[in-house]
Amino acid sequence: MKYFRSHVLFCVDPECLKHGAHEVMDAFQDELVAQGLIDEVQVLETSRIGACSQGPEFMVYPEGVHYIGMTTDDVPFIVEEHFLKGRIAKKFVLEPVTVVDEELSAPTPKEMRIVLRNCGKIDPENIEDYIAEDGYQAVAKVLSTMTPDQVIDELLKSGLRGRGGAGFPAGKKWQFARNSVETPKYVVCNADEGDPGAFMNRRVLEGDPHAVIEGMIIAGFTTGSDQGYVYCRAEYPVAVRTLNIAIEQARSLGLLGKNILGSGYDFDLEVRMGAGAFVCGEETALMASIEGKRGEPRPRPPFPAVKGLFGKPTNINNVETYANVGQIILKGAEWYSSIGTKTSKGTKTFALAGDLKKPGLVEVPLGITLRELVYDVGGGIKDDNGFKAAQIGGPMGGCLPAKYLDLPVDYESLISAGAMMGSGGLIVLDDQTCMVDIARYFMDFTQDESCGKCTPCRVGTRRILEILERICDGKGKDGDIETLEYLCREIVADSLCGLGQGAPNPVISAMKHFRDEFEAHIYEKRCPAKVCRSLIHYSITEGVCTGCTVCARNCPVNAITGERRQLHVIDPDICISCGICAQVCNFNAVEVK
Amino acid sequence: MVLNTKQKDVSETIIAAVKAAVDAFGANRDELIPILNDINMRLGYIPHEALDQVSEMLKTPKSHLYSVASFYRMLATKPRGRHVIQFCENAPCHVVGGREVWQALQEHVQLKSGETSKDGKWTLLTTSCLGVCGVAPVMLVDEDIYGNISPSEIPSILSRYE
Repeated sequence: MKYFRSHVLFCVDPECLKHGAHEVMDAFQDELVAQGLIDEVQVLETSRIGACSQGPEFMVYPEGVHYIGMTTDDVPFIVEEHFLKGRIAKKFVLEPVTVVDEELSAPTPKEMRIVLRNCGKIDPENIEDYIAEDGYQAVAKVLSTMTPDQVIDELLKSGLRGRGGAGFPAGKKWQFARNSVETPKYVVCNADEGDPGAFMNRRVLEGDPHAVIEGMIIAGFTTGSDQGYVYCRAEYPVAVRTLNIAIEQARSLGLLGKNILGSGYDFDLEVRMGAGAFVCGEETALMASIEGKRGEPRPRPPFPAVKGLFGKPTNINNVETYANVGQIILKGAEWYSSIGTKTSKGTKTFALAGDLKKPGLVEVPLGITLRELVYDVGGGIKDDNGFKAAQIGGPMGGCLPAKYLDLPVDYESLISAGAMMGSGGLIVLDDQTCMVDIARYFMDFTQDESCGKCTPCRVGTRRILEILERICDGKGKDGDIETLEYLCREIVADSLCGLGQGAPNPVISAMKHFRDEFEAHIYEKRCPAKVCRSLIHYSITEGVCTGCTVCARNCPVNAITGERRQLHVIDPDICISCGICAQVCNFNAVEVK
Repeated sequence: MVLNTKQKDVSETIIAAVKAAVDAFGANRDELIPILNDINMRLGYIPHEALDQVSEMLKTPKSHLYSVASFYRMLATKPRGRHVIQFCENAPCHVVGGREVWQALQEHVQLKSGETSKDGKWTLLTTSCLGVCGVAPVMLVDEDIYGNISPSEIPSILSRYE
């Protein structure tokens, strides 16, 4: 491994590329050569560091200086100042106060990184970086000193559960696949991370792809498979690219392919891309998609461990599950099971989104309370608004109101509260959020993503959406809540796969915890959070309005009239309640009722 | 006569695109999604004539191919505009002002989701979560991603496209 004094990480995300990141990077390389620094400074590509809008941007390590907004003309100056003279070129430094590195901000004391340990620290496109962090040691240990049964035993003892959402013990799954006699067998990694707001798998694939590959090799050896597939969604082009580079590098070092590390064990990997279908995250649909078919789920049993991909026994786990395996093998089941709660061991990554001060990706030990996750790790609610609910578990999960803030976040507690772990999306909603609108929103998502194979899901979700749209539109009627409850019950009971069975959850939990809001919409034709357009009205307050004309000039439908320096008036017949006037008013003169 | 020549040109383009895609991934039924994706990228969408070709080369009924092509969101069976706007209407974007941006976007291009403008410039779509929720609300124009957008920024962003 070659050593460098400095590492320069250039962001090559689309937005930075648009700002000319590649040109600046090329100029940077040329300048390093010109100034004789090329053997001391390594230039690498990375995904976004956090200030793409002010790009191009790059980060210099080990100092951790974040440069932004330079052109090719500025490069000689920056190189000379920083790398030759050792002075920070202040003009281009992003002030530490404004570093908005939501995804990789320094961990708070409540966090603990196992899966994300290497993300942002190593160059994902250089296998040697991973190897320097004990990478592939677990594969070596397994192939040279362990039997498949010992691996399964270790996993069972560790208590690792599937991180895709359902939380099935990983060791048991591997055992089932191992016990299937038919061959060939397959190992599949589910990287079809489709839950809105969940991007932890993307981060792992882009930041530490070898950890996933390592976990899959061990799974292959344990279950008796020699071919693996990673099914990655097409919305993640950078992840697919990084993964393919990683696979190529692993092959070149003999860590994939024939006779891995001289052990006589063969295993190879292939990346398959989706084409935009949420339901493909369901394991049977995912396998149908790999086979080149419509991504429709099929009933289980038979389970994939018996009849999976191409009709053969298949072990399928999520990205995060595989990424945990190497560390468990190296550090032992005892270490892993010491983290977490009685039934939920280890850590879990969460993608914190919504109305938080510090949204982004975090990894925390299971059993942390919701309050700690929202306030200590997530920094609390934006604008210091009140906490209304946390939507956890994605579109099949539920929302938890404030009374659950002290609920420990583990598989069982979440289910008992009417939500679920899901893949780790956590959307925090503040008190300006309308829960009927949120329920409508999630139903819009699931009815759109329903594959259409089974009737309860295809038709049922559509009916629920229609009712919710009516309620938001101010046309709710007596009996709507009861109809919704009935529909939800039937869809949960009768749907074919997890998508349909979980689809009503957001509605069920919203009606359970925020029934008063549904009633206000239906009976009083009022949206308490002032979100639903048909139920709110805008007016301009006399005395506060200065007649500056900003609102009238910005109104898209010309509903506002008034002379300069005179009170302005909104014509309710023309107004479409878009709220732009309230946004642009500098004097808070626009009132919402 | 002129029209016929033109049609012939089109189908030659299609034949070439299909052939290139099938050559790249192999005439194998399992490779159908990568093949269709490739054709989609080369032609902007998957015309019926292309499905005929694929059907012949893969020895698979066209109905089968169409069922796959119409299932996946990223595969288009109708022509799209010169620029495709994909707006993320997922929860993390929705709750931080995405709804207002979406309204402004629809009004600005005078299209609803799934529509293509008459002059063939824009196609407006919603997309599944792009996983960049840290900078929500987010939209994608062709392959350029825009984050932290507000309704008033829409005209200036779109004016960058010819």
